[in-house]
Amino acid sequence: MSMVLNEDQMMLKDAVRGYCLTNAPVSVLRYLRDQQSEDGFSRELWRQMVDLGWAGMTIPEQYDGFGFGYGGLEIVLEETGRTLVPTPLVSTVLLCATAINLGGSEEQKSALLPAIVKGELIMALALEETPFHNPTRIATTARPQGAGYVLNGSKQLVIDGHIADKLIVVARTAGGQDDKEGISLFMVDRTATGVDVRRTLMVDSRNAAHVTLNNVQVDEEALLGDLHNGFIVLEKTLDIGRIGLAAEMLGNAQEVFDRIIDYLKQREQFGVLIGSFQGLQHRAAHMYSELELCRSAVRRAFDELDGAQEDIPILASIAKAKLSEVLCNISNEGVQMHGGIGMTDEFDIGFYLKRARVAQVLLGDATFHRDRYATLSGF
Amino acid sequence: MQELDQFRDNARAWLEHNCPASMRTPMTEDEVVWGGRNPTFKNPDSKLWLERMAALGWTCPTWPSEYGGGGLSKEEGLILAEEMQRIGARSPLNSFGISMLGPVLLEYGTDEQKLEHIPPIVRGEIRWCQGYSEPGAGSDLAALGAKAVLDGDDYIINGSKVWTSYADKADWIFCLVRTDFDVPKHSGISFILFDMRSKGVTTRPIRLISGASPFCETFFDDVRVPARNLVGKLNDGWTIAKRLLQHERTMISGFGLTSGRASRGALAATVEGAAMKYRGDTTKLSDAVLRDEIARYKIDSEAFAFTSRRSMEEAKTGKGPSATSSMLKNYGCELNKRRYELLLQAMGNQALGWESGDHTDFSKDELRITREWLRSKGNSIEGGTAEIQLNVIAKRVLGLPEMPIAAQKKGEK
Repeated sequence: MSMVLNEDQMMLKDAVRGYCLTNAPVSVLRYLRDQQSEDGFSRELWRQMVDLGWAGMTIPEQYDGFGFGYGGLEIVLEETGRTLVPTPLVSTVLLCATAINLGGSEEQKSALLPAIVKGELIMALALEETPFHNPTRIATTARPQGAGYVLNGSKQLVIDGHIADKLIVVARTAGGQDDKEGISLFMVDRTATGVDVRRTLMVDSRNAAHVTLNNVQVDEEALLGDLHNGFIVLEKTLDIGRIGLAAEMLGNAQEVFDRIIDYLKQREQFGVLIGSFQGLQHRAAHMYSELELCRSAVRRAFDELDGAQEDIPILASIAKAKLSEVLCNISNEGVQMHGGIGMTDEFDIGFYLKRARVAQVLLGDATFHRDRYATLSGF
Repeated sequence: MQELDQFRDNARAWLEHNCPASMRTPMTEDEVVWGGRNPTFKNPDSKLWLERMAALGWTCPTWPSEYGGGGLSKEEGLILAEEMQRIGARSPLNSFGISMLGPVLLEYGTDEQKLEHIPPIVRGEIRWCQGYSEPGAGSDLAALGAKAVLDGDDYIINGSKVWTSYADKADWIFCLVRTDFDVPKHSGISFILFDMRSKGVTTRPIRLISGASPFCETFFDDVRVPARNLVGKLNDGWTIAKRLLQHERTMISGFGLTSGRASRGALAATVEGAAMKYRGDTTKLSDAVLRDEIARYKIDSEAFAFTSRRSMEEAKTGKGPSATSSMLKNYGCELNKRRYELLLQAMGNQALGWESGDHTDFSKDELRITREWLRSKGNSIEGGTAEIQLNVIAKRVLGLPEMPIAAQKKGEK
């Protein structure tokens, strides 16, 4: 076990940090929002990130990836979380590439993973059907027809749905509502007949879409993993996604916290720096403590992903529950401790608050993961 | 790396062979071995276990072997701890000599002082107590007034201390005394060691809300102490005092490590296990609100354990505890307090008994939890209050400006 970054990871962290500060600062998100960018992300920046190898970090070398391990993605997600730069990292690399790598056939992996590494393919996971994360409540159906399947259903909060070339659709092929058995994964072209994708404009100015599937026909090669047994691949994919999101949230929280501390050291009222007030100092000290625990929860989970991979579900729920709770508080304090200026759109802190709430909810909020932790722990 | 693996194999084999079976079970408070001139061993195996570990210096694994320590590297020390944890081995010896005095004596003591005091600490022959707080110097520790005046080759000590843990059972005391009254309060303090059998030392136990008396008032009335027992430079005791507090905080932060997944399995021994048992639940805790609270507590405990681990790994490259020890101390104490509050909720009125009396309405374990719950309230007071720890984090870790009042008076522990 290693709770500290190794030398390679430290070097990568410096490099990624430097890149984000210079090329992908928080003004990128502001610009995309103000320009009402249709893509919702910068293809030029994504091209640069792909050239830096970010899309292929966790993909095995046999599929043209770099096999740097999840510890590399941890760093990239944390640092991009610090500047809020929109990328398809979560949708394509963290979720879809993982699902393909875990569940895909040799043909599927060879066809898709190298394209992801090269930045030629953007993918999105079409999972949610209700306002609350619930990966077993799948009403979307896939019925056998000829040698293939016909898909019908409706999906919401599909990250990067409208810019994706392909979707991985979670559908029910058997079983009743909430059954783990009977869930299957299908790969569907976004432009296929019967697929209707509409972008939903979100509070965080990041990408999400509503996907409607109306008698969408796919052939049998579209099935990802085993029929009826997709939940095994899905759950592991979601856990890796949760851990990755926790890393992004750690970057968000750390950035807000650093900005708070800076502000406490420069803002004067009553003739003294406001950072000298005990009422603010103790809140800052509490935030610092919680942030240290968050960092450990994230590091521990990623260390396990690159190690024995035991206990991943519980470590994922620890990380996502803890980060969701702490980021909620720190993002609120970010506004409060900056006072009036924190309420202005001109000031960046609001972007962090908005992204915080979306990230908290994605793949399960704090309550979801505390409930899951309790269940996994047998109480 | 290979040598470390070799060390692990050897340590594992040695422990397997030498750790008595009865020393591989969780220990209750009265089973803790404190050593000293008049040691008590509830179980003869405790004595055997202490002797075997002390012979290798493994009661203080990373202390230098020239003073009786184990001479292990930090990595080896970590491995030994892991291997002991693996078989559930008890700590063979618990003492303030190990957790507090030893580390600062090794850092600041003369060779003579180390040779005199370190080996008896390792072997558990001398039990130490801590003379820090005074009636008028709690959080504002540097305001202490117990004084030491030079008389020939000796210091004459007068004054009193309070909250001296186990002073009535200790053999020696490490003590903060004022040696200069004419300088700012932090600059006139010295750190001195003396025998509790010295003429003029008296102790009086203090009864706590839990009914127990782990702390004492300690009085010094013309106590004569050889001047060579002063550690470090005269009037520079505050530096050592602060360093020792960091070690103390690291020790106390261990209180937060009692839950987490290490305790999974022994269901009734955990908060969630108790909550289910007292409600007659078999598969799922029926109180949904309590279940969420317990999950939150356990998640925090796990993240805290990961943080302690990370702090240890980071310390491997640095030198001993840093200001983050305040964070760990504070969080660990709050976790321990949360645990007992949750245990009370888990057990309902079965957690509210005081004595068994003629009836057996309350079991021994239940009564113990009630007392421990009360005792836990002191966690965020002893070793520097929660508020003091937060001050330290704000100032030393986050670099926030001093509070106007502190800047004026310079008065913080």
